[in-house]
Amino acid sequence: MKPSADKVRTATWAAAAVAAMMATGLGGCVQIDTPTKPIEINLNINIRQEIVYRLDGDAKQLIEQNSEIF
Amino acid sequence: MTARFNRLAAAGAALVGAALLAAPAAQAQRDPAYQAARQAGQVGEQPDGYLGHVTPPTPEIRALVLDINIKRKDAYTRSAASTGATVEQFAFTSGCNLIARTQPGEKYQAPDGRWLTRDASSPVRDPRCP
Repeated sequence: MKPSADKVRTATWAAAAVAAMMATGLGGCVQIDTPTKPIEINLNINIRQEIVYRLDGDAKQLIEQNSEIF
Repeated sequence: MTARFNRLAAAGAALVGAALLAAPAAQAQRDPAYQAARQAGQVGEQPDGYLGHVTPPTPEIRALVLDINIKRKDAYTRSAASTGATVEQFAFTSGCNLIARTQPGEKYQAPDGRWLTRDASSPVRDPRCP
């Protein structure tokens, strides 16, 4: 027996609804893993690499010109 | 003849004298106590550009490190002002270089806080170091 077009449409909608519910259910579940490494707090957040590169030449010069304190 | 020789000798002596005077100024040496403390691994270079204590310090070494760190901060502050950077940024960049320049056997602090002994390989530095 061939299912009517109506029945096929209903079944498709039902499947879509179930999929949507599952997706919502999974998406709404937030999983938090226990960190395995100790948390490091980096206080140097205002020191960006590009700044370090810009200052490198001046830092080298300072060290060479004041070698007794370095 | 003699007068000319005397003049030449005087000029030569003046040149040698100038070279002798200029040499220590161009290459100022570390204080012997500071150099010894570095080689003994009692003090080491921190990533922030300052000296740190690797072992519990004697009062003499504590004073020595404090004195050098005050002078370093003064130098960093002047350079930071002329480059438009913060003292911390300039000190950190200097720290990158100072750790890179440590000699085998000297101590330096890794980014995770451990004190390591410099060997022939590259030191462990902050990833932002050039």
